[in-house]
Amino acid sequence: MTLNKSKELLLEMKNIHIDGFSDERWHKILKGVDLTLHRGEILGLIGESGAGKSTMGKAAMGYTQPGCKIIKGEINFNGIDLAKLTEFEKRKIWGTKISYVAQSAAASFNPAHRLMDQTISAANRLKINPTDVLKKDAVQLYESLQLPDAENIGDRYPHQVSGGQLQRIMTAMAMSPRPELIIFDEPTTALDVTTQVEVLSAMRSIVDKFNTAAIYITHDLAVVAQMADRIKVLRYGEEVEEAETRDMLSNPKEEYTKSLWSVRSLIKPEETNEDYMLSIKNIDAAYGSSKVLHKVSIDIPKGKTVAIVGESGSGKSTTARVITGLLPQLKGEIIFDGKKLSPKLEQRSKEELRRIQIIFQMPDTAMNPRQTVDEIIGRPIEFYQGIKGKEREAKVIELLKMIELDETFLDRLPSELSGGQKQRICIARALAANPDLIICDEVTSALDQIVQEGILKLLQKLQKELGVTYIFITHDIATVKAISDEIVVMYQGEVVEQGLKSKILNPPYPDYTELLLSSVPEMDPDWLTNLLNKRSS
Amino acid sequence: MLRLSLGLVTVFAFSVIIFSTFSFLPGDFATEILGQSATKSAVKALRAELGLDKPPVTRYFDWLGNVFQGDFGSSFSGRSKVQGDQGDRSREVVGLIVPRLKNTLFLTGVAAMLAIPLSLILGISAALYRNSYYDRSATGVSLVTVSSPEFFTAYIFILLLATLFPVFPTISNVDEASTLAERFYRTALPVFTLTLITMGHMMRMTRSAIINILSSEYIEMAKLSGASRYEVIVKHALPNAWAPISQVIAINLAYMLIGSVVVEYVFNYQGIGRLMVGSVYNRDLPVVQACALIFASTYVILNLIADLIGIISNPRLLYPK
Repeated sequence: MTLNKSKELLLEMKNIHIDGFSDERWHKILKGVDLTLHRGEILGLIGESGAGKSTMGKAAMGYTQPGCKIIKGEINFNGIDLAKLTEFEKRKIWGTKISYVAQSAAASFNPAHRLMDQTISAANRLKINPTDVLKKDAVQLYESLQLPDAENIGDRYPHQVSGGQLQRIMTAMAMSPRPELIIFDEPTTALDVTTQVEVLSAMRSIVDKFNTAAIYITHDLAVVAQMADRIKVLRYGEEVEEAETRDMLSNPKEEYTKSLWSVRSLIKPEETNEDYMLSIKNIDAAYGSSKVLHKVSIDIPKGKTVAIVGESGSGKSTTARVITGLLPQLKGEIIFDGKKLSPKLEQRSKEELRRIQIIFQMPDTAMNPRQTVDEIIGRPIEFYQGIKGKEREAKVIELLKMIELDETFLDRLPSELSGGQKQRICIARALAANPDLIICDEVTSALDQIVQEGILKLLQKLQKELGVTYIFITHDIATVKAISDEIVVMYQGEVVEQGLKSKILNPPYPDYTELLLSSVPEMDPDWLTNLLNKRSS
Repeated sequence: MLRLSLGLVTVFAFSVIIFSTFSFLPGDFATEILGQSATKSAVKALRAELGLDKPPVTRYFDWLGNVFQGDFGSSFSGRSKVQGDQGDRSREVVGLIVPRLKNTLFLTGVAAMLAIPLSLILGISAALYRNSYYDRSATGVSLVTVSSPEFFTAYIFILLLATLFPVFPTISNVDEASTLAERFYRTALPVFTLTLITMGHMMRMTRSAIINILSSEYIEMAKLSGASRYEVIVKHALPNAWAPISQVIAINLAYMLIGSVVVEYVFNYQGIGRLMVGSVYNRDLPVVQACALIFASTYVILNLIADLIGIISNPRLLYPK
């Protein structure tokens, strides 16, 4: 980023208005946003979900998703107004002059074609270079993106390579026709932190190498800080502020921008307890014939929060399934409040079931879309405590107040709630059983930063009031810092270490913990550069 | 391999069901030809001659063993009724079935060659111009053709193309001597009928399979990399739609074969369907059993082929991780 960027204007979007059609009516998605981008410059576009950042990114190509339309505005790319072009004319620009890197590489590659054919398809359309030249170039791109076996990886099908590799191949695909602009739409959001570092550095170096301009869309400020020269913050389809990356980080002007990284400032003093709510000892578990947990032993102190961290596939969610009895273990035992729990769900008593509750990652899929809030929260009250009628209703309202909502929500369906409200209802449903232990499985991963903060605060408040014990499963270290007393680090189905937060988060680390912690992006724009220097030395 | 053996098991199970169903049917061939007034001893003699006096299990295994050797037994009808008549006039089932099976395969084959490409083209284009007037009328008409029974469609064709505008014959007589052109001309109406009753379903399923895939992320990605409409459908959507489409085609081809029973009857076409209906009338067990077994095996074979296409068109199954 020390490169001297030219001041030649590449893209200028003026007063963009876009409407989207949903729920039988038109909504405003973008309300007059401007954007300028110079050649070779990287602009970070950041905001919560629904801020219109993805719509803005696609609009930079003159594309809108089905059900959306551009109402007003100019999109000047190299002096051509994309908003005025026909589909046919735009297709000559898409993929060749402007290319797009999507969030979920796994879903964005066609499963029926080999990776190499997909990588060079856009460049092939230009008919400048013959196929074999393009293939050689693609192999070089794969090499500079540090893909393993660059020579042959293109012969594979999308399902045969990992998510991080796919994301890099998609970057190669975007780069293959040497576009003037690349739109990165949340390219690392679906990846683990350790993979994210590799992909980020690969993307940055290749964009630098060809001096390509880019728009980098994300909701993670720390990630965008590593990539962008300038950052623009969007909210509700409007611009909040825009500044050079360093200025924005050291001195955000708007309240809203400041709140975007507020979760990272939430800190809880750690405490421990010698009295264990739950102990699992030497648990082995498997899905069919593939073994996923090896000798897992974890102790959960009463009234405290234990965070289980690790990347996807490390066995953290499987551990939760074993504790709840959804997946009976092969070996080992679970001691709950001094008593042994039977491995199978069917053999546990109603009382045992009541005392352990779980909250899932996706509140959308965890609730019956046809039940009202009253039914969702009321059912466990009736089922576990046998309370009916007026008393039951009073109890539901009490729970709603506890999660900082009120009785106006009683008759609403899940579809009439926001993401944060849905997760609150799920918390209330867990509380309705009056449990001693709540397992929170990635409960904040699907939520925006500000909403996350609200949920985490609520969970802490409830712990203080009710003394419930939490098992907090997450891959997000910022969340861990904010909420946990103790931390368990898992890797490939085994426990790497367990201990107090202060012990785990401070050196000396075992190798894996070190890798995991150092991969968490920090708000320092030099973080990635420093990290890579340190790792290579 | 597993599928293949499962298919064999299915055919075997079918053979048991077919055999036992017909064995337990009331009445038998002996009383049928000898009439109500036949003496007990005459009936008994005929039953012995036809092997009907043996227990069903023995008969089943005898039959099955012969079937494995390509011998479906002899037809009951046409055998010498009078003692001392010169020679045995009974006919081999195989000799009876093969020419008719050829006729039926010709009929359904022509109909399939007409119906499959047509419904693919219609389905794909309807998906491409979704919610246009073209799409709506195509899906609407196809619903009508799917819901009307074969014989109704057949009579409509007879009314339109044979009675009001006499273009094609109502009776589809063909024999060994008929030339190919003659065959096409005479079977036109039954072919149209079979095409129409199966096309609607295939077209609608093709359309919805393609539409389903058009909403996936890799299609948006393909659009954003500059692929044309045609390229998006043919290169990106269709390869992923083969599995569901081939399943529907298999079911419809099998349905076509079964539908030919009715259609052949209406148009008096000498096919296996008509033979089967006739043999049921006469309690001619070996023929009925053979026909039923052929229908069942066709179902199984068509589904096997569809599964195979599904595997070949899906790299996930073809190239493991």
